[in-house]
Formats: sequence, structure tokens, C-alpha cells
Amino acid sequence: MGRTLAEKVWDDHVVRRADGEPDLLFIDLHLLHEVTSPQAFDGLRLAGRKVRRTDLTIATEDHNTPTLDIDKPIADPVSRTQLETLRRNAEEFGVRIHSLGDVEQGVVHVVGPQLGLTQPGTTVVCGDSHTSTHGAFGALAFGIGTSQVEHVLATQTLPLAPFRTMAITVEGELPEGVTAKDLILAIIARIGTGGGQGYVLEYRGSAIRNLSMEARMTICNMSIEAGARAGMIAPDETTFAYLKGRPHAPQGADWDAAVEYWRTLATDEDAVFDHEVYIDATELTPFVTWGTNPGQGAPLGSSVPDPASFADPSERTAAENALKYMGLTAGTPLREVPVDAVFVGSCTNGRIEDLRAAAAILEGRKVADGVRMLVVPGSVRVALQAVEEGLDKVFTAAGAEWRHAGCSMCLGMNPDQLAPGERCASTSNRNFEGRQGKGGRTHLVSPQVAAATAVLGHLAAPADLNDRTFVEA
Amino acid sequence: MEKFTAHTGRAVPLRRSNVDTDQIIPAHWLKKVTRNGFEDGLFEAWRKDPEFVLNRPERQGASVLVAGPEFGTGSSREHAVWALQNYGFKAVISSRFADIFRGNSLKNGLLTVILPQETVERLQELVEADPAAEITVDLEARQVRAEGVTADFELDENVRWRLLNGLDDISLTLQHEDDIAAYEAARPSFKPRTLPVA
Repeated sequence: MGRTLAEKVWDDHVVRRADGEPDLLFIDLHLLHEVTSPQAFDGLRLAGRKVRRTDLTIATEDHNTPTLDIDKPIADPVSRTQLETLRRNAEEFGVRIHSLGDVEQGVVHVVGPQLGLTQPGTTVVCGDSHTSTHGAFGALAFGIGTSQVEHVLATQTLPLAPFRTMAITVEGELPEGVTAKDLILAIIARIGTGGGQGYVLEYRGSAIRNLSMEARMTICNMSIEAGARAGMIAPDETTFAYLKGRPHAPQGADWDAAVEYWRTLATDEDAVFDHEVYIDATELTPFVTWGTNPGQGAPLGSSVPDPASFADPSERTAAENALKYMGLTAGTPLREVPVDAVFVGSCTNGRIEDLRAAAAILEGRKVADGVRMLVVPGSVRVALQAVEEGLDKVFTAAGAEWRHAGCSMCLGMNPDQLAPGERCASTSNRNFEGRQGKGGRTHLVSPQVAAATAVLGHLAAPADLNDRTFVEA
Repeated sequence: MEKFTAHTGRAVPLRRSNVDTDQIIPAHWLKKVTRNGFEDGLFEAWRKDPEFVLNRPERQGASVLVAGPEFGTGSSREHAVWALQNYGFKAVISSRFADIFRGNSLKNGLLTVILPQETVERLQELVEADPAAEITVDLEARQVRAEGVTADFELDENVRWRLLNGLDDISLTLQHEDDIAAYEAARPSFKPRTLPVA
């Protein structure tokens, strides 16, 4: 019987297989950041262990880093200590690091792909649940806890429980104005926050094949919000074109050998998935969340749902709690929900394509009075590219704030936070209670919806904008 | 890791689904660089409400959390497990756990037990009716026991063996260092490397 993409990558990394034991898998790439690594390095130090493969390990600073005044000492002493701890650990153990101020610094899941380190058929781990992003390249990539970070540092392997496979097939063309973000939000609403539990998802079908690498990363990034172990997309010409010439992509004969191998990875025609889901791309519309978990989403054209409409009692209670926290009333059209803030950025939507999409809508328009809009590039490289294209000027002319690279308001570990009760349209990945700041209310949206929402001051799609929103020169 | 054989204690019923790790321990607590001192951050936002179940006087000293479905979704932060342990929890019972949280818990000796939702609800009803009621989580017998409830649970045999003996994963893996070295020697040259800096 044929094998799926995930099974092929798994099989190629088995270091040891024994009855009654989990498979021991080799890890090709280990990404580190400041939040989930300090206790792991402490563990190594206590046991007198080294980092086994510094040449397969790379660290970047992202979660705590400020997006303003990055040339000044970090104001929060606890954040500063955490960043200094990573720097000290990297130096002591010989790990490559890209610190605040470095041209390669940025959100770990933006940095890996842009350096060409994320490659098809590799295993990629990081102490961060959004490691699933890298599955866009046909890598088996997943988030791990700090104990596992220590395990990978010490052994470059992980003992892993077997997984099941789920195909999510999306056929047809995405309608105008409907993006990868809308698609993944619709998938999560369909299968639920626990629907992917125990599964590696493989996104396939014509709609997926037509996506750019950036869009594929957006999709795979949010696999974890469906509870999945990982999300993957088979590598193809789009993948190879993205990788070719990147700093750590293979070169010369190695490139040819690599591409030959990468072409063997696609799921065999006679492979069988444990579960299959079909989505018609042509039926999708812009999608937003109304609740406090990423599965609580609905088409922008619909209304805040009535909790009584949920048959499952725990879903009903969850919806009641969510509406209370979000300050929403059942039946309110989502388009009438006003926002105080708009955030464009994160490992979900902080890449150059996302900034281009938002800028294209903001060009010649203004952010609505009373709305604060933050644009935070996913990495310094993304920021430089945006500046070269003049996007930063578009954002600032529209009245948005153009910031330095980092995780920023996606999780509010740095000063970029919502005030209690503030409502935000955010291109990030989690609408959990307090995620963007204590008492803050988050609606997950695409960059296009974020930009249109910023202009109109309420949740909106680009199609809702008309000529009157253009500002006279 | 400390051994886990069996534990008996009073319980906290948490009737919420989709309790994500941001609720268990909010992000601003993650700036700490230690594995301890997270107890005050546990469910920090909800604990501001004096009526929140963890704040009730009859729940003080409880050590078993009986939670709703999809417990531990979201961020991979192991701090969520440390916060529960620092607070004094030894076991969490739910009908469904998020994968990464579950893995983290079992690596730290916090026993996460999966039981059918109806059994979880019976346990919640029991401890709501009688806050002094105790629940036993017996890893040796793979069984949860409380007044009127006896429920067997499944756990991977290898994981159970490591928990019962308090074994360190890294030491176990390093027993197979020859296998790792052999795998490394056969890796293709086109595989990515972070060094030297390109």
C-alpha cells in the first residue's frame, strides 16, 4: 500500500524502532527562542550535557522584543533578563543566534523559511506550537514543550507517539477577496478545535496547489488551532522556486539531489488517509471569529450566533461565556461590530505578501478616527523588503503605526497590548481570553479584512470599501 | 522526574471546555526563566473572581483537577504544567486533552487521565455535592476511584513504565547513542545546516 507524505517523512527519520517503544526520530532542524528554552539549557547544565548538533540549531529573539526604540535598553527588566539569558546560553553552548538589532532577527517561523533552512522532507521542531507553519514546505514540523527542547538539544532526537493522517482536500478557485486565512478559519470552524487531535493534516487539492508559499504557511500555521499534531502540504514547483537561491538552500549537485528526493515525497495515489474532509473553495467568503477560541468563527456576512443554536451543551456554554467576554449580543451582524484596534503581523500573517495585501487596501485611504492600527513585520528582512517597496509609507500615510519586527500584539508579551475591553481585528492566530492583553477582545481576520476594518472602523471586507473612502490628495 | 504510582486527594471541578494554556498561565508569566514560582499565575484572570471555584475555601488543598473537554489547547508552553504542579495538582482528569499539553504533563509527572465525558461529569457532580470527597488516581491499576465511581483508563505502556519509575527520557535515549550516530553518518549532504552562517 502507498504511503502519505507524512508517513514518508516519518519513516525517513526513524533512528530506532522497537516493540513497545515509541519510534525515536531524528530532528533535522531545531529552532529556539527566548521563552521556552531557558529551563532546557538549565537542564543541560545540571546534567553536564552539551548541545549535540549546534549545526542543526538556531535561535532568534521574538516573543519579548519591543517594536519601538529597539536601540535603547529593554524597559521591562524581566523581559530583558529572559533575552540576556538566551544570549548567554547561545554563547555558552555555541548556538547561532539572531538577536534584536540583527538583520536576520524576527519571528522564528518567519526566519527559518526565509533563510532556506526549512526544507521539504525534513523534521522541524521548536518550543512553540506554531512550528506547524513549516509544514507548508512538506516538512514534518511540530511544537514541543521545554522538556522536549532539552531532549532535542541533548540528543537531536525525540521519541514520538504514532499519529493518524487526515486529508483536507480543497478543490476549486478561492473567490476574489477570499484568502488562505479565511480558508483555514473556515476549516477550523468546521472540524473544531479538537478535530485534528492526534492527526497530521495534509492540505491538498487544486485550491492548495494554487497558493503561494506565504499563503501555504498561513494555512499550516493554524493547524494547531484545530488541535492537530502538524499540518503539511506536498512540495512542488512553487516550493522549489521559493527555496532556490536562499542562503541555506542546497547548491549545485546537492540542489539536484535534493529536488530529486523532494519529488518523491508526495502522497502516493494508493495511500489511504485515516480521515478525509472535503471543502469547496468556491463557496467560501471572508471569515472572522466572534468567540474566544479559533473554532468560534463565522462568515463576515453573518451575525453573532445565538448560543441556544448549539446542540452540544458544552459548546453552548462555551458560546455563552464567549459572548459575555467579547461583549457581543447574539444576532448582531458581524459587519456592525466596531473595533478599537487593528493588528497586522505575527507568524500567521506577518510576511511580505500579507503586508502588500494590507497596503494595497490602505493606499490612498485613512485609518478611521479612534482606531489604532499596528503593522508589525514578521522579520527584519520582511521589514526591509516592505521599505524598499514603499509599503511603510503607505501605512504611516494612512495613520497606521509601522513597527519593528517581532511577535508583538499576537500575544502581548512585550508592551504592545490591548487595554481591558478594547476590541481588535487581528491577523494573528488566537482569540483566547486576554491573549492580546488582559481583558482584550480579539477577532481573527485576514490582512485584507484587517485593512478594510481599519478604514471603516467596524469589521469589514475590502468589497465594502467604495470610492468615498479615498482621501483627497 | 518524581515517580507516580497512585494519588488520593480532594478535587476541583472545572466546568469549562477549551481551557487553553493562555488561561492556565498567561503570557506575562512566561518571562520567568525557572520551572517554579508559577502557582500565583495559575488561572490568573479567573481567580480575580472570588467565586471562581479555585478560590472557594472548601477547595483549598485539593490536588486533582476534574476539567472539561479539550483541556490545554493552544500554546506549547510547558509553564502550564509547571503552574498546575506548583499550585499542588498531581493529576488532571478530562475527556480530551490537547496533544502538546498532554505530552508535557506526562514528561513532568503530572498525570493526565482520559475518561469518558459522562464519567468526568459524574466525578464533577460528586465533588460538587461533597467537597470533601476524595478521588484516587491509581496508575499501577490504571484506575480512577471515588465514591460510586470505578473507572479504568488507558495509558501507553511505555509512558506508564516511565512514570511509575520516574525515569529521565534523555538518559533512556542516550542508551541508544550508537543508533543516533549511525543515522547521522548516513544523512544526505543536501540536508540543511545552520552553521556555518551562509
